[in-house]
This record gives sequence, structure tokens and C-alpha cells, in this order.
Amino acid sequence: MFRAEVQLINETGLHARPASLFVAAAKKYQSDIAILKDGEEYDAKSILSVLSMGAYKGESLIISAVGTDEKEAVLELKALIVDNFGEREGSL
Amino acid sequence: MKGIGVSTGIATGKVFLYDPKRAVAQKRTITDAESEIARLKAARAEAKRQIKILHIGALETIGKQEALIFEAHIALVDDPALFKEATKNITTQNVNAEWALNEAIDKFIQMFEAMDNKYIAERAADLRDIKSRMLDILMGVKAQDLSNLNEQSIIVALDLFPSDMAKMNKDKVLGFVTEFGAKLSHVAIIARSLEIPAVVGLNGAMANINHGDLIILDGDTGEVFLNPDKSTIDKYEKKKHEYFYFKNELKVFKGKPSITKDGIRVHILANIGTPKDVDSCIENDAEGIGLFRTEFLFMDRQDIPSEDEQFDAYKEVVSRMQGKPVVIRTLDVGGDKDIPYLGLSKEDNPFLGYRAIRYCIDKEDIFKAQLRAILRASAYGHVKIMFPMIATLTELRMAKAILNEVRIDLKLENIAFDEKMKTGIMVEIPACAIAADLFAKEADFFSIGTNDLIQYTLAVDRGNPKVAALYSNYNPSVLRLVKYVIDCAHKNGIPVGMCGEAASDPVLIPALVAMGLEDFSMNPSSVLRTRSIVSNTAKVDLADKVESILSMATAEEVEEYLTAQIS
Repeated sequence: MFRAEVQLINETGLHARPASLFVAAAKKYQSDIAILKDGEEYDAKSILSVLSMGAYKGESLIISAVGTDEKEAVLELKALIVDNFGEREGSL
Repeated sequence: MKGIGVSTGIATGKVFLYDPKRAVAQKRTITDAESEIARLKAARAEAKRQIKILHIGALETIGKQEALIFEAHIALVDDPALFKEATKNITTQNVNAEWALNEAIDKFIQMFEAMDNKYIAERAADLRDIKSRMLDILMGVKAQDLSNLNEQSIIVALDLFPSDMAKMNKDKVLGFVTEFGAKLSHVAIIARSLEIPAVVGLNGAMANINHGDLIILDGDTGEVFLNPDKSTIDKYEKKKHEYFYFKNELKVFKGKPSITKDGIRVHILANIGTPKDVDSCIENDAEGIGLFRTEFLFMDRQDIPSEDEQFDAYKEVVSRMQGKPVVIRTLDVGGDKDIPYLGLSKEDNPFLGYRAIRYCIDKEDIFKAQLRAILRASAYGHVKIMFPMIATLTELRMAKAILNEVRIDLKLENIAFDEKMKTGIMVEIPACAIAADLFAKEADFFSIGTNDLIQYTLAVDRGNPKVAALYSNYNPSVLRLVKYVIDCAHKNGIPVGMCGEAASDPVLIPALVAMGLEDFSMNPSSVLRTRSIVSNTAKVDLADKVESILSMATAEEVEEYLTAQIS
């Protein structure tokens, strides 16, 4: 298992386009990937699961993966959030 | 009956009442969970297949932007959490696939609706859509759709969604009538681009119109006649023929310049909302685009279009216009144009509130992304930029300062753009019109937006039937402002056009020509008619009458006088 903690910095949180981008990125990996927030576990490959999480700006998430590509998966998903989903600072 | 005419033309035909009734899940106890799960998987595959076909059809019938919704639907049908929840229901509660799926989807719908987030609430609507599709498949219900129209029909419905219109067989559709909807709703926009007559917002349509009834609809006036008598049918058949005849007559004006009888050259341009509208600009030989309403790129989606997405759209329009001018108006949001994800709060007076340039100057990131996209597109043709709702010189100066910052950024990044791109303003707020002499020194061109100028000058909401009669293209106060704006532009040597509905008003056009208006921008379908009117007008006819027209006391007097001149 590989896991990392990350804080949401974009205005929208994990909704709308950022949520779609996140799920699309997760789906590229073989590993099972979960997001942990407030003690609950959500499926990173499910848009419904990610949206139902209701994650907003400023909140902390743990991304956790189990599988052959667990490290790459967690690092890419973390980078996506840290880089503000490819948008320049605050442009969303 | 009378609704809102949103797509021009007359249609006479039999009603196809479109009232899709969907399957409702029934709970059954089962013993073989494996086979229910297999049914669920099969339904999922079939739903994906159906949506993929819809998506392909939609790309052709209703356009790339509208078709995006179906990609989202596929992701939902395929969602692992949804499948997990539904299979869990089957195995733990021993229920049938229909019920298990129904409960699983409803759980997410309830969860989403409880969240205070407009984007997520919209996903609930998408979930309802895929739920009925999958239940229809599981229960073998053949949902009514518009793909198998047997005869040419007028579609009457409560509302029509992109998914309904993506499926329909266009050749069999004579017209549309819907109970809901407004000028800018999906059905209106799609009907106009397909050139099929349409009336929306017709109260009581579903209650009063039956399948198979004969109706006549007038897409200009919004009138709908239910089971009309012989004389009404004859009258409208004649009107329909005149319309087609007129349309054919106008074809001779294609490829001709817009010149008055006494040799004054004007330009007749088109108003558009999306790149798709360029088709009808070319078809109707518009001499350019006088108004590109960019807010359409922001509507009917869940997030802000990125700079690159905007650039693609602007570039497509600019390239296809092949060097003809394209006036791109920056985002005019607010007022009656709500874009949920921008998070504008409800206001008591939205038309006097936080909208258009006021919003853009405040949200510099959104504004700058749009300005970058427009500037980048300017490298591909003849682009002019226009700011909406300018009330004060300070606003114009601020908007220009931000534009300059973006220019400098692009230069530093070595990105190409047209360094001579003109920067103009909409003159649509009385404060701007009254001080047009000052604005003419700092703007490169004017475009008079009559719809808002009339609304603000007369303090009248034309959507409110109790006061709509005050709203008039011929109101002397409005015409005086128009004349003053034109004069100020001329004195300062800048071009002046008009992009409101008054610019295509056949009665008013000769007076506008006499006042010295140069550019007329309008719905693409009005371009050739306006060119024919201009070609039959001489500026000298009314040139010395302008003063006396502006001295008339009432809109009725002006209208009567101008009507007499053309008949």
C-alpha cells in the first residue's frame, strides 16, 4: 500500500471539471485507489463516489492505493491536486 | 394561443404529441442473484451502446458542445460505485435488478440533492436520465422517441432536451411547440440553427393540444392556431408561400454589396452565439460578424471554458470568416443570463446589478483568460474586441488597462496577435449615450445595443406584459440618443454600428441610413432582407426629415410617419 496526504487548494474543490479530471486520471491505473476523508472511504475511480464526498477548498484528503502501480497512481493524483488541475493559480 | 416565436417561418401540420412515459421499477424477491447481476451487466452494456449512438448522432444534429452531455452519461452508466451499490442490493436484499438499480441511483440522487452545490444538483438530473434509460432496457419498455416519425409532423412537448433533439429525424419535423422555454433555451437555439419554425413558452400546450390535431404555428409572432378553420388555413398558406417566395427573391442579393440607391455604402453583419452559427452567416452572405455573444460558450456546461477552449472557438469563427471583421464581445453575464457555476447570487434588480463588464473587471482571472483567447485568435483574421455595458469612462479605462496587461504578457511569451486590433464599446446604457462625445475619444468604435438602450432609457422590462407596450424602437427619446451617438462617432472619426433588434427593423432602417449609421448587425436570417431594403432606400429621401422625425412627440407618430414612407 502507498498513501499520501494532500490539501485541496482550488476554488471549486473536487467538483465539476476537477472531479472529472481526477477520476479520469485514477482510471488509468490498475491499482485500487481510495480517497479517505473524515474517516470515510471513497472510490477514486467513481465520479459518483468522488462527488458524494463533497470535498471543498482547504480540506485535507488521503489518497491510498493498493496494486502494482500504487506509487505512480498516488503521486500523479497528488500532483494533480497540488498543481491545481493544470490551471494557473486561481484561474478557476 | 400565443407563445414566444423563436425560430422564423410558418408550419402547418399534424401534431406529434411527445410525452415520453418511462418505466417504473417494481420490487420482486429473487432467488438467483447471479442471474440478476448478469441482467444488470447486460443492461449497462446496452445503455452504453445506446448513448454512444446518441452521441454520434448529436455531433451531427445538435453540435459538439451540446453533445458533451452524453459523454457524461456514459461515465455515469459505467460508474463502479453505482454498480457496487446495485449488486450489493441484489445479494443482501434478494431483490430484482430493476429494484436494486432504482434504489442505488435514488440513493445518489438524494445525496446530491441534499448538497448545496448547483453542479452536483445537475448531476442528479443526469442520474434520472440514465435511470429511466436503464429501467426501460431491463423491463423491455420501448421509450417513445422522435427517431421514428412516420409522417411530417409538428412536435408538441412540455420541453425538449438535447437528447430528444439528437434522436429526431429532422426531415420529418415541420416545427416545434413547447410549453416551457425562452428565446435562449436549447430548443430555440437548435431550431434556429436547423431553420425549423418554433414557438416556445406556450402556456397550456400539453393540456389543450392532442396527438393528431392540425395546427398552424407562426415562428415570427409566436401564434399557434389549433384545428384552424378553412380561412385561417388559406391565409397562412398564402403567408407561407410569400415567405418562401420572399426568401427566394432575396437570393439575388447574395454576393452584392450593401449600397443605397444614392450610392452610400453600409455594412450588413450578423449576430452569432456559437461557431456553428457561422454556417448561416455564410449562407446569408453577412459582411462580417457585428456581434459574437461569447456568453453562449459559457452556458449549458458545468465549468468555465478554458483559455484554449475559448481560443479554439474564436479561431474557428475568425478563420471561417476569411478576413471579414468579427466583433467579439466579452462575457455579458448576469441580468437574465444566469450561468450557475459562476456563483452569481440572486439580486433584487439583476438588470441594474453585478453583470457584464462590472463582473469581468472584478473577476480579472476569468476576464484575462478570455482576453488572451481573443487576442490569440486575432492572429487568424480580422478581430475587433467590444466591451458590454459600459456606463463610465473609468470602466472603459480599466478594461483597456487589463487588455494592455494581457497584450504585454503575450508579447513576452512570444505569442502572435494582431497589434492593431480595435477596441470598441457597446453603447447601451443611457449614461454612455449621453456622454458619447467623451467615449468617442477613447473607444475605437461604437455599437449601439438598442435592446438594452431602450430598456434602460424607458425604464421598461419588455418581458413584463403589463408595461411591454412602452418598449418601442420608435420612441423619440431613444432615437435622439441614437442620433447623438452617431453624430459623436462621426465628429471623432470612429465607425458606428447597431446590433440590437432595431437594426433589422424594416420600418426604421431608412431613418437609420439617413442618420448616417454605417454598420447594421442582426440575426443572420435577416441579413438579405435588410440588404434589399437598403438597396431600395436613398439616404437623401429622409436626410432632411431627420430633424422633424426627432421633433415628433410620440413613438406612434414616428412609427406612422416612417411606415407611410415605405409603403
